[in-house]
Amino acid sequence: MKDIQSIQEELIDEFSLFDDWMERYEHMISLGKNLPLIDPSLKTDDKLIKGCQSKVWLHSELKDGKVVFTADSDAIITKGIVAILVRVFSNQKPEDIVEADTKFIDEIGLKEHLSPTRANGLVSMLKQMKLYAVAYQAQLKQ
Amino acid sequence: MAFNIESIRADFPILQRQVNGKPLVYLDNAATSQKPQLVIDAIVDYYSNYNANIHRGVHSLSQEATDRYEEARQKIRQHFNIAKAHEVIFTSGTTHGINLVANGFATILGQGDEVIVSALEHHSNIVPWQMLCEKTGAELKVIPMTQEGTLDMAAYSALLSGNTKLVFVNHISNALGTINPIEDIIFKAHQVGAAVLIDGAQACSHIKPDLQALNVDFYVTSAHKMCGPTGVGILYGKEEWLNKLPPYQGGGEMIAEVSFEKTTYADLPHKFEAGTPNICGGIAFGTAIDYLNQIGFHAIEKHEHELLEYATKELLKIEGLKIYGTGTEKTSVISFNLEGIHPYDVGTILDKMGIAVRTGHHCAQPIMTFFNIPGTVRASLAFYNTKEEVDALVAGVRKAQQMLR
Repeated sequence: MKDIQSIQEELIDEFSLFDDWMERYEHMISLGKNLPLIDPSLKTDDKLIKGCQSKVWLHSELKDGKVVFTADSDAIITKGIVAILVRVFSNQKPEDIVEADTKFIDEIGLKEHLSPTRANGLVSMLKQMKLYAVAYQAQLKQ
Repeated sequence: MAFNIESIRADFPILQRQVNGKPLVYLDNAATSQKPQLVIDAIVDYYSNYNANIHRGVHSLSQEATDRYEEARQKIRQHFNIAKAHEVIFTSGTTHGINLVANGFATILGQGDEVIVSALEHHSNIVPWQMLCEKTGAELKVIPMTQEGTLDMAAYSALLSGNTKLVFVNHISNALGTINPIEDIIFKAHQVGAAVLIDGAQACSHIKPDLQALNVDFYVTSAHKMCGPTGVGILYGKEEWLNKLPPYQGGGEMIAEVSFEKTTYADLPHKFEAGTPNICGGIAFGTAIDYLNQIGFHAIEKHEHELLEYATKELLKIEGLKIYGTGTEKTSVISFNLEGIHPYDVGTILDKMGIAVRTGHHCAQPIMTFFNIPGTVRASLAFYNTKEEVDALVAGVRKAQQMLR
């Protein structure tokens, strides 16, 4: 399994192929469409991330010392963002997730989605993923 | 004055700017309107030349500021055809006005009384009444809406009774653009002795209500939807009602005499204008009203109606596009969705193309629940919008559909 850093670099390379926002968005949308589906029974209100105009469900579990994220959204652009985050952070060790920086989002041209005033909740999504990782980290230390 | 769209657009500096590398197409006018240079100048002029606190200074500057503020009140009185200037209460905006009336009715209502609101309301027009009913034991009743997004007037008549004390309806729905039959609503409420408050926030940029002819008891609106600044609005109340209601906030300006034993409240309108008001905002509101009247509401209505018809016709050519709010009486607001596509996605793509629309539930969740949708894309047009901008919207929506499906 690749580490967070190399997945981020891979994404930066991937997005650098595109000349304009439209191509970037189209790519993001296709990533969203290819996001492995979350188990429908996990799409419950307690898995909803607050602060999104669209609905985002995020589920996590710990498997062999690594955090596995599955997620979904009812809006396709948001789902694309979710797919990118899942690709970067899923199947990683809790401490790596906690310590990871997220500058790659700037570099792939999705900076505007990081603004806390955007209603897509990217910031809340990231925060929630890190919170899960912190919780698992504590659990593993016990 | 002839309606010249080019010269009108030149009055608004912001319309010249670019967003995301594209010329701004501003279609979020129901959220707030843009400001003409005249209004911006009035704000600068106030702070540059005669900023002073009003109603209390003996010095000339204070007198000048007071005169200009009171002139603005007169302009507002004339514009809305209000009988007396002291029936115009300056507020911080529509929500403030609604809360002021709701607070006043807390001393009037009791068990067994009923308050009626419509299903087409903005949150700000529902929450204060829920709080009021919780406090007083009165019951909240809701006028249902039809599939066209209009009020069910037969149901309204059935809700009215001798127990009805207050009816609250918006003049125009912010989410759908429906113009409500407020003449009829007011007339029927008065037949059972109930008072009526109309929320005119969405209406006053499109039409010029004659409040005496409407015979309405209370009417509230905000300056910022009418080319004026944010943070200022008015509550109109009939004198007899304003005298009946207790003051909303305590503070300076609203008192006649104060001792620790008893305070005598000031006369109208000062009784409801505690503290230093938004002086600059009030004056610039007056300027905005002058500006709108200079263009003329007949011309504004005509242009907006043409834009609405054109935009509706063009948008409906897009396969899978559904418009919510299809009543015959509506203003230039189009709330829509593309089949199988989330409104948020459409709004995001439009933004990348420099087109500003609103997406979401528009602070009117009960309406979205009624239609069983997460929200809509709302394009709201103003008199300074053009057919070319409608074309840009339609092209943008088509592009979004192509990308998102």
